[in-house]
Amino acid sequence: MAKKITLDASGIYYRQFNEQIREAVAAGATDIVLTNVNSQRYLVGAIEGDLNFEIQGVPGQDMCSFMRGPKVRVKANAQDGVGNTMDDGTVIIEGLAGDVVGYAMRGGKIFIKGDVGYRVGIHMKAYMEKLPTIVIGGKAGDFLGEYMAGGIILLLGMFSDKPSEPIAGRSLGTGMHGGVIYVRGEVPKEQIGPGLTAQPLDESDKLVVQGIVKEYAKELGLDAKAILASDFVKIKPFSHRPYGNLYVPA
Amino acid sequence: MLFQPINRNYHDFSIVRDKDACINCKVCIRQCAYDAHYWDESRQKVMHDNAKCVGCHRCEALCPTSALLIQKKKSEFKDNALWKPEFIKYIYKQADTGGVLLTGMGSPVGNIPVYWDKLLLDASQVTNPSIDPLREPMELKTFLGAKPVKLEFGKSKDGTPKLKTKLSPNIELNYPLMFSAMSFGSINFNLHVAMARAATELGICYNTGEGGLHKTLYQYGKNTIVQVASGRFGVHRDFLNAGAGIEIKVGQGAKPGIGGHLPGEKINEMVSVTRMVPLGSDAISPAPHHDIYSIEDLHQLIFALKEASEYRVPVSVKIAAVHNVAAIASGIVRAGADIVAIDGMRGGTGAAPGMIRDNVGIPIELALAQVDQRLRDEGIRNRASIVAAGGIRCSADVVKAIALGADACYFATAALLAVGCTLCGKCYTGKCPWGIATNDAKLAKRQNPDIAAKKMVNLVHAWGHEIEEMLGGMGLNSIESLRGNRDKLRAVGLSDTEMDILGVKHAGR
Ligand code: SF4
Ligand code: SF4
Repeated sequence: MAKKITLDASGIYYRQFNEQIREAVAAGATDIVLTNVNSQRYLVGAIEGDLNFEIQGVPGQDMCSFMRGPKVRVKANAQDGVGNTMDDGTVIIEGLAGDVVGYAMRGGKIFIKGDVGYRVGIHMKAYMEKLPTIVIGGKAGDFLGEYMAGGIILLLGMFSDKPSEPIAGRSLGTGMHGGVIYVRGEVPKEQIGPGLTAQPLDESDKLVVQGIVKEYAKELGLDAKAILASDFVKIKPFSHRPYGNLYVPA
Repeated sequence: MLFQPINRNYHDFSIVRDKDACINCKVCIRQCAYDAHYWDESRQKVMHDNAKCVGCHRCEALCPTSALLIQKKKSEFKDNALWKPEFIKYIYKQADTGGVLLTGMGSPVGNIPVYWDKLLLDASQVTNPSIDPLREPMELKTFLGAKPVKLEFGKSKDGTPKLKTKLSPNIELNYPLMFSAMSFGSINFNLHVAMARAATELGICYNTGEGGLHKTLYQYGKNTIVQVASGRFGVHRDFLNAGAGIEIKVGQGAKPGIGGHLPGEKINEMVSVTRMVPLGSDAISPAPHHDIYSIEDLHQLIFALKEASEYRVPVSVKIAAVHNVAAIASGIVRAGADIVAIDGMRGGTGAAPGMIRDNVGIPIELALAQVDQRLRDEGIRNRASIVAAGGIRCSADVVKAIALGADACYFATAALLAVGCTLCGKCYTGKCPWGIATNDAKLAKRQNPDIAAKKMVNLVHAWGHEIEEMLGGMGLNSIESLRGNRDKLRAVGLSDTEMDILGVKHAGR
């Protein structure tokens, strides 16, 4: 049985507000609406379980860090650090998000309608059944997918407020040693990190992209067909051991 | 031009086999992880290849007839004050391969002073008599974490006084000592079990290092500090809630400014499960945490971790000792850390580029003295404990560190020496013949967790007794009275600048 509760964040410091959230979860709440959120940090941080959150207002830094399981919908923009070291669950952001989304994320999904800032998806990693996925509807800043060790980043470049910017900033995928970055359309060559190239998708890639796009479009009320009505490219690491030959025993 | 690789000509060690004593039992062949010994079919006897020896002394220790002697190769280059042999060999190796020089544990650069050896301790004579620890109580108990500025008391219903001040969480240690971070992966599981058991028996803590925590070790959580590094390997909510403290690793003394890199060869099944990374692929920790580019960002991560652990445990931040360490430490304390761990340049490592290991950072003694002073001057010393790491060799080093301002010391190399490490410095090969820095099942079996734990416990007991004796000698009956008590230290042969930085007088003054 779903148990619904609404918590009002007006004028409450994050520490007390997060305590209220944890208490609500401990008391069995499963559908939690957070209203009047105004940059309170660490919302839904390290919370575990099959829970639903709706966030009204703009959540603060490190939302859903270390989170394991919940589904979180943000009705507005989000700030930096969304899904830091996230383990599992789904985050849907109906606006844009700031820097460092999904840092070292290990599982779950982050769907962002609009643009994201710098350093998104750095050091994402997959493990066993865990396959972290980030979809960005808009454009991304520099260093997208740096050091990526696993998982999927899908960059659409469609719902952007930055018409004159390239779809991804500099150093896309630098140091990547696992995972894959899919980009709708083309990425300018000079934006891609050293040693990497954008390649066409094969059949299995296409299936993966279609699956993710369908889910993404459904969650955000978008038209999957329109999103898929373009070619995509993929950027994959050239080696799983990028530093394998760097050293000599002293 | 030489026709064979240079390291075959200018290797470091010679294996000397006493022909009369050798019984061709082949123990050395089985013990050497580098295949330096081999069975020669045609000659029907054990032979060896000097060029392969790394000087670990394993074969020498296990040879049943003591027929083996491992010694430095006698062949020497012509004396040269500038071109010491290691520099000559470095160039040969790099010219052959184009590679970055990789090193392991050790600190071969000789001309950076070891300040521990230039500091002397005090003892009481006539006045303030010395105390015999065998006869009188001696307090080594140490609490790590933020301390309140003042205590407020109220009255409970029955009229007895009651503490009103809310205390911050602290880690309680029976000795001012902890096993420093060595990740599971860089050393094997047997040693993690040993450290966990030893720490539990001793009532101290060990640090998981950055490789996560194996499920079977959660039971030792009360004596565990869990570490979060830039790679975030094995970091999740259960891990963060498993220990008595959480440590953010920003830097390591042996390789400041460099990330970690566990080569795929060392990632076996168990390491893979614990780190949550695929089997056999490299586990790379970027040099910085890419979510920390400023003190404000550090504050953000510290509190993300405090939120994740519901403020139940102190958060430590570990940095390498570098030039502006005092200002950095001040920022760390202001960012909300409860413990600042400072790792000096002589700290151990499983793998570090040699140039970084030997040239980057500063000795712990100088860093420690400056950090303690700075936090005092700023009136924030109570907000965080200081843990000194990087080159603690004996109990006197611990006592000196505490007199310079440390609350406790981390030690790791000494713990490995306790279980047989001979500092061969080849940890990065993953073939440690002593079964320490290896995940090869055949080699790892050489460490029995029970015996290893016992040795670690013995070492800390021994150091504990010695610390008590040194304290007693100074007329102190609690380690608390020694903290930052630099009057108990005197320097020999240091310059005015060095003494000023250390905050100590010269011997004789
Ligand atoms: S590497 Fe170790 S075991 Fe092998 S020959 Fe040298 S000292 Fe003996
Ligand atoms: S841990 Fe092993 S490889 Fe490393 S220095 Fe000690 S004996 Fe050598």
